[in-house]
Amino acid sequence: MVEAQKYFKFDWITIFLFFLLVGFGWLNILSASHTGETIDYLDFSQRYGKQLIFIFLTIGLIIILLAIESKFYERFSSIIYIISMLSLVGLFIFGKNVNGATSWYGIGGMTFQPSEFAKAATALAVAKYISDLNTDIKRIKDQITVVTIIAIPAILVLLQKDAGSTLVYGCFIFILYREGLSPAYLLITLSLIILALFSLKFGVLATSITLSLIVLTHHFIRKRKPLIIQPISIIIGSILLSYGVKYFYDNILPFHQKDRITIWLSLEKDPEKLERMKKTIAYNLNESERAISSGGLTGKGFLEGTRTTGKFVPEQDTDYIFSTVGEEWGFIGSTMVVILFVLLLMRILHLAELQKSQFSRIYGYSVAGIIFMHFLINIGMVMGLIPTIGIPLPLFSYGGSGLWGFTILLFIFIKLDSDRINQW
Amino acid sequence: MRQVLLFIIIGITGATFIGRLFYLQIYSTGDQNLYDDNAIRKVYDYPKRGFVYDRNGNLLVDNQPSYDVMFIPREVKPLDTLDFCKLLKITKEDFIKIYNKAYHYSPRLPSVFIPQLTKEDYAALQEKMRKFEGFYIQKRSLRHYQTTIGANVLGDIGEVNNAIIEKNPYYNMGDLIGKQGIEISYEEVLRGVKGIKFIQKDRFNRDLGPYKNGIYDTLPKQGKDITITIDAKLQEYGELLMQHKRGGIVAIDPSSGEILAMVTAPSYNPNLLVGRDRSKNFTKLYNDTIAKPLFDRGLKAQYPPGSPFKVLNALIGLQEKVVTTEDKFSCRMGYYLGSRRLTGCHSHSSPLSMNDGIAQSCNAYFANVYRRIIDKYDKADEGMDVWSNHVKSFGLGNYLGYDLKIGNKGNIPDGAFYDKWYGENRWSSTYNISNSIGQGEVEATPIQLANMIAAIANRGYYYTPHIIKSIEGEAIDENFTTPKYTTIDKENFEPVIHGMFDVYNKGTASTLQVPGIEICGKTGTAENFIKIDGVTTQLTDHSIFVAFAPKDNPKIAIAVFVENGYWGSRFAGKIASLLIEKYIKGAITRTDLEDWILRYSLDHEYEKPYSGEPFGINRNSTLEVVDDIEYNRLKEQLKHLSS
Repeated sequence: MVEAQKYFKFDWITIFLFFLLVGFGWLNILSASHTGETIDYLDFSQRYGKQLIFIFLTIGLIIILLAIESKFYERFSSIIYIISMLSLVGLFIFGKNVNGATSWYGIGGMTFQPSEFAKAATALAVAKYISDLNTDIKRIKDQITVVTIIAIPAILVLLQKDAGSTLVYGCFIFILYREGLSPAYLLITLSLIILALFSLKFGVLATSITLSLIVLTHHFIRKRKPLIIQPISIIIGSILLSYGVKYFYDNILPFHQKDRITIWLSLEKDPEKLERMKKTIAYNLNESERAISSGGLTGKGFLEGTRTTGKFVPEQDTDYIFSTVGEEWGFIGSTMVVILFVLLLMRILHLAELQKSQFSRIYGYSVAGIIFMHFLINIGMVMGLIPTIGIPLPLFSYGGSGLWGFTILLFIFIKLDSDRINQW
Repeated sequence: MRQVLLFIIIGITGATFIGRLFYLQIYSTGDQNLYDDNAIRKVYDYPKRGFVYDRNGNLLVDNQPSYDVMFIPREVKPLDTLDFCKLLKITKEDFIKIYNKAYHYSPRLPSVFIPQLTKEDYAALQEKMRKFEGFYIQKRSLRHYQTTIGANVLGDIGEVNNAIIEKNPYYNMGDLIGKQGIEISYEEVLRGVKGIKFIQKDRFNRDLGPYKNGIYDTLPKQGKDITITIDAKLQEYGELLMQHKRGGIVAIDPSSGEILAMVTAPSYNPNLLVGRDRSKNFTKLYNDTIAKPLFDRGLKAQYPPGSPFKVLNALIGLQEKVVTTEDKFSCRMGYYLGSRRLTGCHSHSSPLSMNDGIAQSCNAYFANVYRRIIDKYDKADEGMDVWSNHVKSFGLGNYLGYDLKIGNKGNIPDGAFYDKWYGENRWSSTYNISNSIGQGEVEATPIQLANMIAAIANRGYYYTPHIIKSIEGEAIDENFTTPKYTTIDKENFEPVIHGMFDVYNKGTASTLQVPGIEICGKTGTAENFIKIDGVTTQLTDHSIFVAFAPKDNPKIAIAVFVENGYWGSRFAGKIASLLIEKYIKGAITRTDLEDWILRYSLDHEYEKPYSGEPFGINRNSTLEVVDDIEYNRLKEQLKHLSS
């Protein structure tokens, strides 16, 4: 009995939230992918049928993940990481091109996306490295090592034209900060983002003037003034950077990405061009916003969305799945989904803070960070808050690799967390 | 801080997302309406447009099918273009042009290839249609006129314009709507309500099937048939008599206000404005700015009414008790103020009492009466207001309120009008003495004059003239069945009516008597001017005639107006007499008048101002006859009419 109890000491709240999101996600995949009048739930040629299989297989996967000893994940993290990185590298040779990104292996009729698993592997490696007694995150040398661990998968997926996944690795800055990284890094990152956006939106000149005013004002009201050379060099550096961003945007950035930023920052003023953009580059976003908007307070009802049924939003069962929620479940349903995600994330963070082992805490933080980045970028993009970046909504979007990737990511943490409970 | 930073960021992100959702879904109401949803195709089912019958139950307007050849460019397969073009009566170049234009518009959506085929062309094409893949036939309903007359009354329908679509959500691009005549007045009754089907479509605009299995779909509601007050025979006869003349005729049944005939000349065949050639023909009619066939002279032409207006002054004189039927006024070939002649007159015996004043249409008589009316009051503007109110109670000086959408107010001046013109009380009755004889500032349209005569025929009241007799299953507007009373007492009408009776008996229309019918009438002659190269030039007078009959229990009141017909009984009087006889007896005994009217043309009169040559008017103008071929054609039409 004692033995049996031990096996079931998991954090059921997280598991419950996980299944709630997966279940609701599947209903929306059903809505977005069904074509005929009648729905055969077991029609495995349809995406909703396939996803149902993926979900059932997930249960088996979960059992395996929870059955493995926690120590295994910690001990083998390096090996898991290396295998994962090799699978990413292998894509350059054996990879299959889908929608312009070479991020798939084709095995028989199935496709498999290693980048979805690389996130969990990287989280394990980072946790392992930082929790090592010999590592001090405040040391430059260790910082460089950690950044290398993170940068390898980030750069590999970028080379495979999966920019969205690269951005996800940005979440590790929060984890490093949690483990002692100087806040200066966060501030500098934030400043650079603001500087870049400001330069694009208002031009290099306006940015330079504003920046100089701020830096100089700050310099002169300071009590203990450093050498004047310091603010001057900040200004010069920033202006150069601002110019660089502008140059990059104008001359190097591929057209479609440039246009996405143009739309997002409302840089195009010519209404005729804007109208044309709405029909081409921003078509997807425009239709997605209209679909969400048409949902109103209560939505049009399950399987009743006219835009969903009419397939007005391309990729609606994958990256744009949230527009289905918006149209069919309205403000109430969409808000529920947002709240569920926030609850899940906060629950994971809360559990992470409770961990006694540093490895588990770092890993938990990484899980929250990775899911959060997906949540932020995907829903932000679908509602037009951030530029279009292709990235799935965790547990919601259609796709086996994605679902299993997040399952592995999350349930390793649940297993690690169960150790904490059992140690009582 | 290190422990809570990510918590805070997640919280802020969640809140921002909910805020954005609120903005998208609650604050900015998107197209949540089924009609605005571009994912739903709206397919309309058009009901039958109501038929139009005349007062005797003769069908005037019904519908005819028309066939549009439609095609979807992408679905067109190679075909025998030569054969196809021959069937459609187009060249191969046309074919390529139409095809490319439609392909450019959209290769996926249906376009019209050839609109509105005739039944014959359709029959020929239909047999071979299966050979032409990608083409199909779409049926539409057009108006079909069973008659060639009454274009101004029957009107026509055409595609709605954008202004209407924006104002009235019922209409969509390509819908048909009444454009003129009763089609516009009774648009909502005639058109019915179209049915709608909602079809779910995908982003390539392909149909996926009925939206929610058609629970929101509606069936069309048929348009209602209407009966109009026009007597088609009388209308046709009037139009025939007006051939080679310009002007307007309005005939009213005084006992009900029903418009029996409403002629404008020149007119056109209403079938010209149906089908493929509608816009071509319309443009042609529209561009004829000299004859103005689209200008309804019966409703819109605003002229000084001339002598018919005198009878009103007689009535007002009696009502204001400033004159009795016995009072006599002398006439020295006009009305003099001191040694200045204010208005001329023609030769007749003098002095005259009211009866003869009307019968002989003596200008001096009415100048005297008019002065007594205005001068009864201390101030001229006060007298003018009293006079003006009496006149306006006959429906003059403002829109009559009939059920056709066009018209004019005419003009009846009041005290304020002259106060503004001359300054307050710096004028007197002699300043506007022309009003006494229907010239000067007084203006009226033929329908207003006809209504005025109807009010006289009724001895003091009228019903607002109207064109609608009945709507299938509906009562007509109460306004048309409520009498409107004039300010003149009933007993004052008899002497005036007797004067009008004497116009026929022994006065200016004595040659126009119709045996067996007691007609009361009044001739009129109105001077008119035109600007030629900036020079105001007088043209031959307009011939005007108003009448009602029979004297007791009147059945018809009529106003006839013939442009440049010279004196009243010359053209207008003859036409009025013939129409009255036609309506009351159904047959014509005065065939001499009929022959005369058909024989004589005023075409030369209308050409004068545009000839560039100097020309004579009135006395110095001669009458011209139509040639024998034309005369025989008119006679043929006449025979056809009476059969």
